[in-house]
Amino acid sequence: MSIIKVENLSKDFGSISAVKNVSFEVEEGTIFGFLGPNGAGKTTTINILCTLLSPTSGKAFISGHNCKDEPSSVRKSIGVVFQDTTLDKDLTAYENLLFHAYLYNVKRSDRKARIHDALHFLDLYDRKNDLVKTFSGGMKRRLEVARGLIHKPRVLFLDEPTLGLDPQSRAHLWEFIVKLPEMHNVTIFMTTHYMEEAEVCNKIAIIDNGEIITRGTPTELKKTVGGDVIYIKTSDNMKAGPEIEKLFNITVNDKNGELYLTVPKGDALIPEIIRTIGEKVLSVRLQRPTLNDVFLKITGKQIREENVSSNDTMKNAVRSYRKKFDRN
Amino acid sequence: MQCGHTGRNLIETNAVYVIVAREFKKFIREKSRLISTLARPLIWLFLVGGGMSKLVSFGSGISYMQFIFPGILGMTILFSSIFSSISIIWDKEFGLMKEILVAPVSRFSIVIGKALSGMVISVLQTIIILMLFPFLGMELSILSILSIIGIASLLAFCISALGIIVATFFESFESFGAIINFIVMPMFFLSGAMYPVDKLPSILKVITRINPLTYGVDAFKHAIFSDSSIHDFSLLTDLTFLVISSIIAVAVASFLFERKG
Ligand SMILES: Nc1ncnc2c1ncn2[C@@H]1O[C@H](COP(=O)(O)OP(=O)(O)OP(=O)(O)O)[C@@H](O)[C@H]1O
Ligand SMILES: [Mg+2]
Repeated sequence: MSIIKVENLSKDFGSISAVKNVSFEVEEGTIFGFLGPNGAGKTTTINILCTLLSPTSGKAFISGHNCKDEPSSVRKSIGVVFQDTTLDKDLTAYENLLFHAYLYNVKRSDRKARIHDALHFLDLYDRKNDLVKTFSGGMKRRLEVARGLIHKPRVLFLDEPTLGLDPQSRAHLWEFIVKLPEMHNVTIFMTTHYMEEAEVCNKIAIIDNGEIITRGTPTELKKTVGGDVIYIKTSDNMKAGPEIEKLFNITVNDKNGELYLTVPKGDALIPEIIRTIGEKVLSVRLQRPTLNDVFLKITGKQIREENVSSNDTMKNAVRSYRKKFDRN
Repeated sequence: MQCGHTGRNLIETNAVYVIVAREFKKFIREKSRLISTLARPLIWLFLVGGGMSKLVSFGSGISYMQFIFPGILGMTILFSSIFSSISIIWDKEFGLMKEILVAPVSRFSIVIGKALSGMVISVLQTIIILMLFPFLGMELSILSILSIIGIASLLAFCISALGIIVATFFESFESFGAIINFIVMPMFFLSGAMYPVDKLPSILKVITRINPLTYGVDAFKHAIFSDSSIHDFSLLTDLTFLVISSIIAVAVASFLFERKG
């Protein structure tokens, strides 16, 4: 059953079309990834789904409720972790969650237990009485996820949950996120532009310039790129190359002293190659297509430049500006 | 405290309660804010009031310092209510407002919660200021203390609601100075807090007539001084004006909140 349904959704900001005629559905109990570069329209779509923006045209439904016309039913069934933190830094972790429990009218008898469960689940229980301003970025993010779970939403939105975190904190956060659908019976709608993070998603839609350019499971999408690449170093490339070509009927190329070939199932082919030209092989490595390659193939550009984009520089500037104020 | 009840309530008591509780907790936690909000009235009372009392004198045995005491109460309420409401801009900038807006809480409840927050904090400060009373050589009956607290609540609610309207027009804190200069200071000086309203030029007099603080200060004068020559309106006029403007302010603020979020 689809818990999120989006039909021909568009949103204009003046002359900018942030979202253009987007349609998709999300199955209950799955992790849905909305991927795209900066300014693609991910946050705008989330804002429409969580009732903070009304669409210019088109419709969005969450468990059958129209996001525009029945905001209060929609709000009851969703939890949101916004791209920028929305915690009160002058309150403790516990107080932030308690604030949330009251806002969502959680029964008095359940409040404490739910807050404690959420804190335990995200590994923050020991810090529950500390002011949030003393938390690291990763802890704040986990606290926001914990908060989003307090009222037992049916859908949890995570807008760039790992943005700005170091690789360790990112991995730590993902550990919790992947357990959510099963343990908390919640559907996850997440955005990211770290493509490798999207591997955990059951379904993915890639959005660029406000339009969905492709969708499917991570495996399906990666298949469209054309398969795995096997790199082989041998003691005699001149001989080994044609030998492999003849045996498996594939083109083999030579690059930087390494042979490489593209095949649909690389892992199955490696043992055969070794069996036939084994004595010449020095090393073999397999490169699987990444979601990045998918984006690259469709749009001809990288989803995320390795060097810091100007947009990120701006975000960092805003962050440090905020930090200055947060101390007050 | 009612809880666990999810109907189509006009007002969600849980949400209102927690909005006020958060504001209150932050207020008492932040010692510097508490001290500075209490220092301001003291400075005005003793430096301005003390200095001016040599220059100005009233009949009926009231010193200038005593004359401005209702105005100082009004000032305390004006500042703390406006500050409390303006913290909405802060919440918008630092995100907590989004957490509130995405919750299943009516915009009306949010406005009421914020207005009550301003009220609670202002009344708390009023009570502390009242403790200074014995030092001014005035004695207040229990009845007048209770009426001061009642008037303070009404006035603070009204000004907080007006402050929410102001806050809906700003997205960032940079406009803070403008709000103080163009809204708070004129409201203060054109309220009869520092000098009797009837001595003002007529254009400014019009402004004093639509300024809720005028009526609040006048109501305080009713509660503090028995001499009838010192106030401009009847107590009934004062209270009616405050009640009506509170209702209008809450309605407008809820409307703006609903529209702009
Ligand atoms: N309130 C707004 N007013 C005007 N333009 C806006 C507004 N919000 C978003 N936009 C524009 O809409 C487009 C999509 O923005 P959006 O924030 O949805 O992108 P995003 O995919 O979330 O990007 P990021 O990865 O940087 O968060 C951008 O061009 C942005 O400038
Ligand atoms: Mg975004």
